[in-house]
Amino acid sequence: MEQGMKSICLFFQVHQPFRHRRYRFFDIGNDHYYYDDYANETIMRNIADKSYLPTNKLLLNLLNNLNGQFKVAFSITGIALEQFELYAPEVIDSFRELAQTGCVEFLSETYSHSLASLKDKAIFEEQVKLHEQKIIDLFGQKPKVFRNTEMIYSDDIGAHIYQMGYNAILTEGARHILGWKSPNFLYVNANNPRLKVLMRNYKLSDDISFRFSNTNWSEYPLTAEKFVGWLKKLDPKEEVVNLFLSYESFGERQPKESGIFSFLEHLVKQVVQEKSLQFSTPSEMIEQLQPVSVVSVPHPISWADEERDLTAWLGNEMQKEAFDKLYAVSKRMAVCTSPELKKDWNYLQASDHFYYMSTKFFSSGEVQNYVNPFDSPYEAFINYMNVLSDFKMKLNTVTPEIDLEHDAAELHRLIVIKDQKIKKMEAELQRIHKRKPAKKKTEKKKKS
Amino acid sequence: MKVLMFGWEFPPHISGGLGTACYGLTKGLASLKNMEVLFVVPKAFGDEDQSEIQLIGANKIPVAQKEFTFKETGTKMDYLEVQSDVIPYLSEDEFWQLKNQILPPKIKFIKTTEGLNIDFSGGYGINLMEEIKNYAVVAEIIARQNNFNLVHAHDWLAYPAGIAAKKASGKPLVIHVHATDFDRSGGNVNPTVYAIEREGMEMADKIIAVSNFTRQTVIEKYNIPPEKIVTIYNAVEPVSKESQSNFKKGVNEKLVTFLGRITLQKGPEYFIEAAHLVLKKTDNVRFVMAGSGDKMNEMVERVAQLGMADKFHFTGFLKGDDVNRMFQMTDVFVMPSVSEPFGIVPLEAMQADVPVIISNQSGVSEILNHAIKIDFWDTFAMADSIYGLLTYPALARFLKKSGKQEVGGLKWHHSARHVQHVYKSLLNV
Repeated sequence: MEQGMKSICLFFQVHQPFRHRRYRFFDIGNDHYYYDDYANETIMRNIADKSYLPTNKLLLNLLNNLNGQFKVAFSITGIALEQFELYAPEVIDSFRELAQTGCVEFLSETYSHSLASLKDKAIFEEQVKLHEQKIIDLFGQKPKVFRNTEMIYSDDIGAHIYQMGYNAILTEGARHILGWKSPNFLYVNANNPRLKVLMRNYKLSDDISFRFSNTNWSEYPLTAEKFVGWLKKLDPKEEVVNLFLSYESFGERQPKESGIFSFLEHLVKQVVQEKSLQFSTPSEMIEQLQPVSVVSVPHPISWADEERDLTAWLGNEMQKEAFDKLYAVSKRMAVCTSPELKKDWNYLQASDHFYYMSTKFFSSGEVQNYVNPFDSPYEAFINYMNVLSDFKMKLNTVTPEIDLEHDAAELHRLIVIKDQKIKKMEAELQRIHKRKPAKKKTEKKKKS
Repeated sequence: MKVLMFGWEFPPHISGGLGTACYGLTKGLASLKNMEVLFVVPKAFGDEDQSEIQLIGANKIPVAQKEFTFKETGTKMDYLEVQSDVIPYLSEDEFWQLKNQILPPKIKFIKTTEGLNIDFSGGYGINLMEEIKNYAVVAEIIARQNNFNLVHAHDWLAYPAGIAAKKASGKPLVIHVHATDFDRSGGNVNPTVYAIEREGMEMADKIIAVSNFTRQTVIEKYNIPPEKIVTIYNAVEPVSKESQSNFKKGVNEKLVTFLGRITLQKGPEYFIEAAHLVLKKTDNVRFVMAGSGDKMNEMVERVAQLGMADKFHFTGFLKGDDVNRMFQMTDVFVMPSVSEPFGIVPLEAMQADVPVIISNQSGVSEILNHAIKIDFWDTFAMADSIYGLLTYPALARFLKKSGKQEVGGLKWHHSARHVQHVYKSLLNV
């Protein structure tokens, strides 16, 4: 690569959970449907119209007009894709159009936006495979680079990812990890240096996704000129700027009226015009650049909160309990073949459910800036555990937990078979009954 | 700075939340620098320390003046008991006990409850009004004979006394709204009480409400300008270690408790409906309704009607140690109040390591994070929360721990500081 040239890596995360309805304990064992269809559809429609569709349209225009000089990467969770299929199929089409330009890379991640990487290797692998298959089916690309839920990363997770066949991973350029080092270089995993690590530049990323429309911010208003000026002012030796954003930043967190769309448009056009700047996808980047050093992350990090740790999802006792209870059924899920149960299992794993149970904002006094369908973390916990209880009961009838239940399941199976037999025989009987009077009539006729 | 304070009751004769709050607040004030409190209560128990009786006033109204010392802080406070012909009492038992004592024949008994609810039926009201006026007359005399900077009156029975003291001395008046008649009556306000309350609020230079919920009532129902009212939340006395005896319950089942007056204001019927829903689903639980009140019989009937009398128990009115023992047996405490200006009992439950469910219609819900909050009428949500706490141990564990921590931070010292701030603003200090 040319000396003094910087690669800008623009990456967007797309995710929406399947929100649970108020699932009271009376429902346990009686009603096996857990989802708030109305909320899910409304939220999806709203965000598709406000954010996904207009941003996709803008990106498609830019990709078509800039002759391959503009590139961008996405990771879209499996359950977000499922909701597109259900509520906003045109979003899938618009992503397909983006894929066809050849300048868009789709990354791999967990199917459910799950936290499985922290708990269960087998489930994690299953999740990633499921997602990969979905991406191949929809966009005809086999992902090469991995991005974990909420940018969660550690040395162990990285090494595992390499074993699974990926050669790079995206994560947060957390200050407590990098120290004096800059996120604007390519790094490698501490356990396995063959895995490249791309570190998010949180300052520049958050300037766009969090601070853009904040009038109290000293840099307000942020213009494309100003932002490109910052990029140019960076140390000439630095090689890459990783701008990793959640996709809702465009049109949702930063509303259309804030001018975010024209900012994005001008930013892209100006970067393309700059001689010292170019767009690269993550895969291109790892081919073009030489890693400068190892980055050591013994404890998992994420891109959340000031602490960049896991406490938003697994910070309190309730979250840990729900998490443990969920993955306690891993082994039985591995042998479960029921498609209905597998679906629920996928939806149950979404990290969002654990986020709703967070009590962190009590102490910080901050208002939660995240859509939480529950009034309190306690309500969220109770609701989730009620759903999980019913899920386990359903699972017990298919794959029993202990011998007694095994017997019960066996008997249940017998009953089902017998029931079917009885029905068959009843039908037979009815058939015979119907036929009899008919016969009599014919006999009578004969007599007469 | 010296404050002349008018209340209704003070230890040892405490019948409910108001007495507890007055005690906590004056104790908090006494611990502050340059604060002196002269506390006045109407009293006719006859068990005052006679040696300290002093005669104040030309009209020969006997008054007991004592020096009251707070055990924990060692600070002292002047305390006046005005010989009045009214006795506040709480339960029927107490009433008979008091009646059997040798007391002057003129004495009238007023049934008070936590919120000082008074039954005016039977032509009794006129006499009570007389007594409240008498209290005001005495207040005027006390005001003339003592030096102080401010007058502070707690709840409506003391408002006329506060007004009289203000008129006699020309000093500013603070009135403290612990409850209004809208809370006590469920909307059916007594016009006489309303008039007294409103006059107090209008005459006051500043009003202290125990929650934003109450503040809003004062603004909307009494037409008081919002800038005149400040919210200062109550707190809770730290529990002494002695009262935490180790009491074990006799049953293996989990215990869910309602503790309070069985009246319209406290929403006992919603607790019963929720209990019924929980019992439909799970068997390993018992429910207790501790307290007494005018809706008790109706509640007993409803429990029988729902066929759960074997799982639902009434204890009657509980006092002192019995309350602590009840908490120690309890796994979940529920306060389904329909209208609760503050509500101190959930704080006491949290101190005793009991997870609490409270209604959004309570003042205390404004300050608590580590409590499950529901609407009193949403019995499904209430039942679901009870079931959750009984079934998912992590939830109860977390709430116990974080709840105790939270309640530990609610100190009378802080509330008193806010009150002092209000005083200072009135005196332009």
